Amino acid sequence: MLFLNFFYALRANGLKVSLQEWLELLQALSLGLAEPTLLGFYQLSRCVLVKSEADYDRFDQAFAATFESLEHTDPITQELLRYLEHTVEQQPYDKDEADRRTNLTPQQLFELLERRLQEQDDVHNGGTKWIGTGGTSPLGHSGYSLTGIRVAGEGQRNAAIQVATQRKFRDFREDATVGVRQYQMALRRLRQMSSRQDAAAQLELDLDGTIAKTSENAGRLELVMAPPRKNAIKLLLLFDSGGSMTPYAQMCAKLFQAASKANHFKDLQVYYFHNCPYHLLYKTPECVYSQSVETQRVLDRYAPEYKLILVGDASMALWEMRYYAGGRASRPGDLPGLMWLHKLVSRYSHSIWLNPIPERYWGVTKGRDSILRIQSEVSMYPLSLEGLERGLKSLIARR
Amino acid sequence: MEQFKGSNGYIVSEDLARTVNVAIALEKPLLIKGEPGTGKTMLAHAISEALGKKLYIWNIKSTTKAQDGLYVYDAVQRLYDSQFGVAGVDDIARYIKLGKLGEAFTSEEQCILLIDEIDKADLEFPNDLLWELDQMEFYIHETRETIKAKHRPIVVITSNAEKELPDAFLRRCIFHYIAFPEAEEMGRIVKAHFPDLDGQLLRQALAAFYMTRELPDLQKKPSTSELLDWIRALVLGGIDPAALTGELPYPGVLLKKNEDLEKLKPQTNTAPWRR
Repeated sequence: MLFLNFFYALRANGLKVSLQEWLELLQALSLGLAEPTLLGFYQLSRCVLVKSEADYDRFDQAFAATFESLEHTDPITQELLRYLEHTVEQQPYDKDEADRRTNLTPQQLFELLERRLQEQDDVHNGGTKWIGTGGTSPLGHSGYSLTGIRVAGEGQRNAAIQVATQRKFRDFREDATVGVRQYQMALRRLRQMSSRQDAAAQLELDLDGTIAKTSENAGRLELVMAPPRKNAIKLLLLFDSGGSMTPYAQMCAKLFQAASKANHFKDLQVYYFHNCPYHLLYKTPECVYSQSVETQRVLDRYAPEYKLILVGDASMALWEMRYYAGGRASRPGDLPGLMWLHKLVSRYSHSIWLNPIPERYWGVTKGRDSILRIQSEVSMYPLSLEGLERGLKSLIARR
Repeated sequence: MEQFKGSNGYIVSEDLARTVNVAIALEKPLLIKGEPGTGKTMLAHAISEALGKKLYIWNIKSTTKAQDGLYVYDAVQRLYDSQFGVAGVDDIARYIKLGKLGEAFTSEEQCILLIDEIDKADLEFPNDLLWELDQMEFYIHETRETIKAKHRPIVVITSNAEKELPDAFLRRCIFHYIAFPEAEEMGRIVKAHFPDLDGQLLRQALAAFYMTRELPDLQKKPSTSELLDWIRALVLGGIDPAALTGELPYPGVLLKKNEDLEKLKPQTNTAPWRR
């Protein structure tokens, strides 16, 4: 009843409450951890079911929506759950009689529930009147009744149509959004180990070397140390920001977070551009002049061993790329965007372009011409998990 | 069952106290998140003190591996010992050193295990501990021995949210987010540390403290621990409460970054180009 509604209200509000956690909550209730007050139940269910402060708000909404009507009937669950603890088998019953007796409107049912809650003082299973299990009373669970309120526990009968229309497996569809953690896991693929040449920091035991040396010494132990192998990847990340990128801002923010939290890169540099890299790159997503660097300086400062990732929807007019010397701060004689892009990808031999537009729309969107043109300069991958993985793989492939 | 209600030096909200008791009753790890300085680590100390149980602290660093918490087999020491024929070399158990988790498992009484700042470690780290925290046991390959907890320890885990934790791990935890205390609750926390603090000084200090927190674009907001240090400094320096309305004394105790200290300077009316 109400209880299970709560579970589904939580899930409907986007909280990933699992069955395991729900069962834990039931266990906690049966241990008497929520004093029989709504506040106690609120605190208990929140600490068991919600695992991030970002979800507290959604939880509150679901809780309020479900239990609003309940404020005045406070000391509920404890006693009630005790009545229902031990399930008995369905007792024999006369279906017609039970149907006639239990054909009630929702209003009548709630009134009945409230009355029984006040009167009942012990366990009553297998009967027709009280809240219990295995009987034909409209209140309780594991029993039979034409209409009724299921109080905790599980029902025995389920119409197939009902199950099918619930679309329970909707969440398993693949269009679920990608979280920061998944990006992080993908970025971990971006590893290239340093060679063991660095003589300065010999910190790790070289097992093979030790065995070889020890055998040479006829069994007298000699330890051989070697420098640890570290990830040597340096990353230059350029984001398109503003304008047509606004709908994808969240996606880019997640990728940015994942990249900046990843601590396995030797170096990570992030810059922003507007539409296409022109002669200025920006240090902040707002792309303001005071926070800008000349693209040429960036090119000079970071050696060709950096891996370059450009993130953007690559959608602009072709003339803008070819002739427009870009940015709000252009000067006569500046190179057009396409030239800058060319300079970037020819300096950094390992470079990819990630496009937040799903791959199947590339040929049909507004920017299909510029996407095609950019693809001829640099290989483009969609900014989905799978696309990111493909792109990163090509970044570490040998050329 | 023993109930946790906070301890002498540690003021706990009803909400948090209940969460602690739920975690103890359900035998689940308790995951605590919150701003730095809201007393996440102190909570474990307070539970230990209130319930009279021994506390094991496992501090996590970026290089910590799950294995470090279970046990370490000191093969190198054993090899060296074997060179010189030290007695007992053939006894592998002599070279097995239990980690913090191992120590907590083998404790004779129920104890409290604090896994501090779990998000400092590698992304996979929490996943590597799932089985050990679920079953409260692990296997030592070298001695073919299973270490099983005699009494399930009460596990408290803190996180600064530097990294996202995996879902499978989160599902097994009881979670609580310590919100930054409101002025009223903060007053009680300060009182717990400075029982005979002058009321006037407390009010002024709190007002100045919350005003400082409200400064725009602070890089590092001052937290409870900084407030306590600051009040200690005010008391030691014999500062007159009235002095707290103007320029704050000892601002370096509250704010740790140069840029932040600049923001605290009283704004002059002179336009910047005239200065």
